[in-house]
Amino acid sequence: MTVQTATKVAPARKGRRHRRGPRLTRRDRVVIGLMIGIPLLLDLAFIWGPAMATVFLSFTDAHSVAPVKWTGGANYTFMRKVDPTFWPAVQHNVIWLVEFIVIATPLGMLLAVLLDRGIKGSRVYQAIFFLPVMLSLALIGIIWQIVYSQQFGLINGLLQRTSTTDAINWLGNPKLNLWAVLVEATWRQAGYVMVLYLAGLRAFDPELREAAIIDGANAWQTFWRVVFPTLRPINIVIVVVTVIESLRAFDLVFITNGGSNGLELLSSMITIYIIGPANRIGYGSALGVVLLVISLVPITFFLVQQFRKENRP
Amino acid sequence: MTALAVQHTRRRANAPKGARARGGRLATHAVLLVLAVLWSLPILWAVYVSLRPESDTKKYGYASIAHALTFQNYSDAWTQGQIPHFFQNTVIITAPAVIITLFLASCVAFVVARFSFRFNLILLLLFTAGNLLPQQTLLSPLFKIFLYVHVPSFLSQSGTLYDSAFGLIVINVAFQTGFCVFVLSNFMRTIPEEITEAGLVDGASVWTLYWRLTLPLCRPALAALATLLTTWIYNDFFWALTLMSTGSKLPITTAINNLKGQFAQNNNLLSAGALIIALPTLVVYLVLQRQFIAGLTLGSTKG
Repeated sequence: MTVQTATKVAPARKGRRHRRGPRLTRRDRVVIGLMIGIPLLLDLAFIWGPAMATVFLSFTDAHSVAPVKWTGGANYTFMRKVDPTFWPAVQHNVIWLVEFIVIATPLGMLLAVLLDRGIKGSRVYQAIFFLPVMLSLALIGIIWQIVYSQQFGLINGLLQRTSTTDAINWLGNPKLNLWAVLVEATWRQAGYVMVLYLAGLRAFDPELREAAIIDGANAWQTFWRVVFPTLRPINIVIVVVTVIESLRAFDLVFITNGGSNGLELLSSMITIYIIGPANRIGYGSALGVVLLVISLVPITFFLVQQFRKENRP
Repeated sequence: MTALAVQHTRRRANAPKGARARGGRLATHAVLLVLAVLWSLPILWAVYVSLRPESDTKKYGYASIAHALTFQNYSDAWTQGQIPHFFQNTVIITAPAVIITLFLASCVAFVVARFSFRFNLILLLLFTAGNLLPQQTLLSPLFKIFLYVHVPSFLSQSGTLYDSAFGLIVINVAFQTGFCVFVLSNFMRTIPEEITEAGLVDGASVWTLYWRLTLPLCRPALAALATLLTTWIYNDFFWALTLMSTGSKLPITTAINNLKGQFAQNNNLLSAGALIIALPTLVVYLVLQRQFIAGLTLGSTKG
């Protein structure tokens, strides 16, 4: 799933908008009520309601059928002290995030900067890098499974290691598979960041850059001292996309092996506890709360940056 | 005078850099070319494998020159994987979900952009933030809600939201509306207010202002969002995985999980199946790439 963000809120034109005047008839007010009410109800019932309810359920032992019993912090104690997969999952999420910050996102930005130089064939390059973004993550997982396949894959084929004794088990070896899957994730994330960043670069005033070059700055200095700081709105979006996408990571590990054996993530643990045979909805909720609380950090950061302007009196 | 001086200095600044600039250009090409080759390898490999008969790969190995090429794998995957059936499941979910999402989101966006109520900011915050939550954080209550909410049987065979196309439409609409509200309200603010003001003076109702005067002007944004939403809902894996239990009702992206098991012994067939499933998004990509990117970056530039 993609993180969906547009980048800049048009400045609110306070005072020029319509007041809630007496001009609105009764019928108009009913229409406005419905136009807001129905989507809001849907949003509260299926998004915010469940988000709150997750917190409640995390303090219970909810299963699919039995009556719900309040168990206080038992789920959280179990998580910290007993569950053998919790800390590895957290570690994998952190590795995922760090990889995105250090490799995937900078790579996407680099691609954008290179493509923005207006060289020949840049549209073709752009099309190639963007292609993975169009595919579902489930499909990306399948395509790479064909590449990583032990006996039939491209990589082992090129390495000439396809016999049953020396084939590298890219997706099965718990020491390797997280990195193998991160390559898949990077394949997509870099293209995504590239497109977002390219839009920002295209909106950049070329005269500013020219002025910097005239002043004797080289390309490196021009980018970091002039271009980068003025792209603040898009930079914020990139930061948020990077963090949120790494918290949302799920489909790739799930399609690969159900999120086990070295590929545990918080998201896959939640899913398996809730829909799996154990059906431990209460414990799954506690894991959900952990993910929710972590996610609220980048979300709040994004909202504050986006809507600060509007909030001014 | 100043212009001349600037030109002069610019020429002087550029002159010694000519060779270096050319070198830079060459390096750029080299980096891009290497990365582009690496980037396209997985897809090209899948295409190559899918075009080879299984007997050919068995005999010569996968990393070998093909001795025969065929489309047989595609037709086998198409029938054995029941792909038309799963495509149909996807259409039943995606088409209504996209239309309803755009309708509801444009309603909220219109009110937020055109009237200054006190709760506007809170509304925007709620919708935008809701869309950024990881889906898994909502799962446990949603799972219960879907099991317990009863729905008339003409909407859902199962009698509940769980395990029904209707339920998946509902959750997709609820989840995607937030982003569309955010984008559309930004877009609507760029439409001159004089248009709605003139309408109000003429005594037009709120509905007329929305449906007749505002929506037609939002066509570019709506087209971009429709492209984006179609791709996202088509590509959604999670909701159907968790909120649907009957294998034959699954939309195609989630059905991949079962196809993977079904074709586990035959990578040629699996590649062909994967590429067939990728085809609709690749068509969107070729035909509507600009719309798609416009949707992703809507509002990021001033235009």
